[in-house]
Amino acid sequence: MLRIEGLTAEIDGKQILKGIDLEVPTGEVHAIMGPNGSGKSTLSYVLSGREGYEVTGGSATFDGHDILAMEPEERAAAGLFLAFQYPVELPGVGNATFLRTALNAQRKARGESELDAMQFLKLARERMKALSMSDDMLKRGVNVGFSGGEKKRNEILQMALLKPSIAILDETDSGLDIDALKIVADGVNAMRGPDFSALVITHYQRLLDYIVPDRVHVLMQGRIVKSGGPELAKELEAQGYAAVQAAA
Amino acid sequence: MPAVTETIETVQSVTESGYKWGFETDIEMEFAPKGLNEDIVRFISAKKNEPEWLLEWRLRAFAAWKAMEEPRWAAVKYPPIDYQDSYYYAAPKQKVAPKSLDEVDPELLKTYAKLGIPLREQEILAGVEGAGSTPAEGRMPVAVDAVFDSVSVATTFKDRLEKEGIVFCSISEAVQTHPELVRKYLGTVVPQGDNFFAALNSAVFTDGSFVYIPKGVRCPMELSTYFRINAKSTGQFERTLIVADEGSYVSYLEGCTAPMRDENQLHAAVVELVAMDDATIKYSTVQNWYPGDAEGKGGIYNFVTKRGACRGARSKISWTQVETGSAITWKYPSCILQGEDSVGEFYSVAITNNYQQADTGTKMFHIGPRTKSTIVSKGISAGHGQNTYRGLVRIGAKATGARNFTQCDSLLIGDLCGAHTVPYIENRCLSAKVEHEATTSRIAEDQLFYCRQRGLSEEEAVGLIVNGFCREVLKELPMEFAVEAQKLLQISLEGSVG
Repeated sequence: MLRIEGLTAEIDGKQILKGIDLEVPTGEVHAIMGPNGSGKSTLSYVLSGREGYEVTGGSATFDGHDILAMEPEERAAAGLFLAFQYPVELPGVGNATFLRTALNAQRKARGESELDAMQFLKLARERMKALSMSDDMLKRGVNVGFSGGEKKRNEILQMALLKPSIAILDETDSGLDIDALKIVADGVNAMRGPDFSALVITHYQRLLDYIVPDRVHVLMQGRIVKSGGPELAKELEAQGYAAVQAAA
Repeated sequence: MPAVTETIETVQSVTESGYKWGFETDIEMEFAPKGLNEDIVRFISAKKNEPEWLLEWRLRAFAAWKAMEEPRWAAVKYPPIDYQDSYYYAAPKQKVAPKSLDEVDPELLKTYAKLGIPLREQEILAGVEGAGSTPAEGRMPVAVDAVFDSVSVATTFKDRLEKEGIVFCSISEAVQTHPELVRKYLGTVVPQGDNFFAALNSAVFTDGSFVYIPKGVRCPMELSTYFRINAKSTGQFERTLIVADEGSYVSYLEGCTAPMRDENQLHAAVVELVAMDDATIKYSTVQNWYPGDAEGKGGIYNFVTKRGACRGARSKISWTQVETGSAITWKYPSCILQGEDSVGEFYSVAITNNYQQADTGTKMFHIGPRTKSTIVSKGISAGHGQNTYRGLVRIGAKATGARNFTQCDSLLIGDLCGAHTVPYIENRCLSAKVEHEATTSRIAEDQLFYCRQRGLSEEEAVGLIVNGFCREVLKELPMEFAVEAQKLLQISLEGSVG
């Protein structure tokens, strides 16, 4: 269970998160919706430990562990995965090498045995098949020359391989056509189960037609202003954020 | 062989510090008196039982050296070197020259085993006798010439190679056994008076490797020389000469390490390559001399002259270097492209961390028509390291249709280091095409965070990104060398982040 209480954070002295309270029980998928500049990406970076985002108050725990005290790689090994809004290019680093290094780093941190190249390839091919991706993606440099859709699918592939217990998807739907959107949604839905939870951050309701959340939260000006069931997303789509804020 | 995957793990246990090759071998040595004069040159020549012509050759070099000044144009800083305060000859004491590995001092064999170069095991595993024996563990055998301070202590696989007509031995031995070949080619690519350090080397060179590949022969295994400086206050001046006759092919590897010492030691080598018609020489270096400590104390001065002559039509010389060690690197492996359609290549990775300085690059002389050269240089600076690429592409009037492509990329880690690029292009031929691309970048914060979010530690992330940055060069290395080089890059950058 991810539990966030009174979380405040700033960038360069500017307060962005102004007291977030949120609980995502294990096994549930929650959506966070909000307009631009409401603090959605900041929340995902604070939870994953990016430098430059200073936590000024409150707490965040995952299964009882204080994740804010951990290094980013320790959070990853503890099962926290962030699907980036803008996946980063690593020129010259083969995707297969990157995925295997990451997977083995996490396995090692958890005291599990590392996979050799053959075991890894077998696993990767299996997962890629399930995501209708071609092998060719493994041979290319990490995200180098990938289209927007390919980058996002690569994020989903990483998630499928690393098998996190909580995934934060930071506007994974942005810039995706409908086919790519379905592949991403299928990838997330395939992970759903009693041991997996997700925080789906999105600007639009569209993604939530494919990944139906258990709960929807509206983030505005650094606070959760409203929470509800999946119907809340549709309400937002119909009425806009301003109406929700006025009512809140 | 320096190229085994386990090398680094093997030697990691040897010392506690970052430089894992810094131990000293306790062995009885024979030294010439300290200092440099004509008598020392005569002493070295006599020790090696050299013919008169070679002694005279050395003395001419010495005379040239005395009249020369140490070059100061490189972007490196170091206090004046006292050339009289060094030993120019240091050799493990041995009654007679060893005929086989059984006669080599066990301490020396142990030293090489510790460095991950098991001279003995390797021969036994692959079977000294019987050409065509299968390589052990599916690994290609590598013939090794091991040079310890001033002398070659062992060369493996000699018999096997001799069956193909290949000569692979120490240069001292070649002077005795193949004097006509040595005399024909020695100094024809790097003349005695070429530059200050080459002249010094020509006067006092003590050993090194000699390779001759006969016409039409493709050398069946990698040839490798492993240089080790062990003795204190000693300079190492090795000389390597590789001749590839018409239509032949050879891939040659070079590795080197030295003990950790507070003093700076001088390594001034000369490498000459000659490629005849349709011959190819691939020369790879993983340079791992002691770089000095984190404060910049000690380390090797690596002042080296490497040059290859593509004498024949369609000949090819390819230099690949991974420079991670040395306090100062001054080195410009070059190609003289005389033969028509000949090809020169230079692939380089140079890392400077802490207080290391590197001024390295290449020279491509296009003389023949349709000659082609490719230069890919990757410089990585961390800590207070200073890294300079210095290159010259010269295209002569007769090099019609010549082509050059140069790519220089610099990567900076931290904000105290420096990267400099100094390319010279001289073109006297209208039909030639010269391209130069250069980039300077930092490891971006978002790249590091991306890797760490996936579970990599900061150092693993830097290692991965740096290896990606160097990929174009590393893929030119023979496979086993590439694995070692990758790990070496990571070790060289330890402590450079955070």
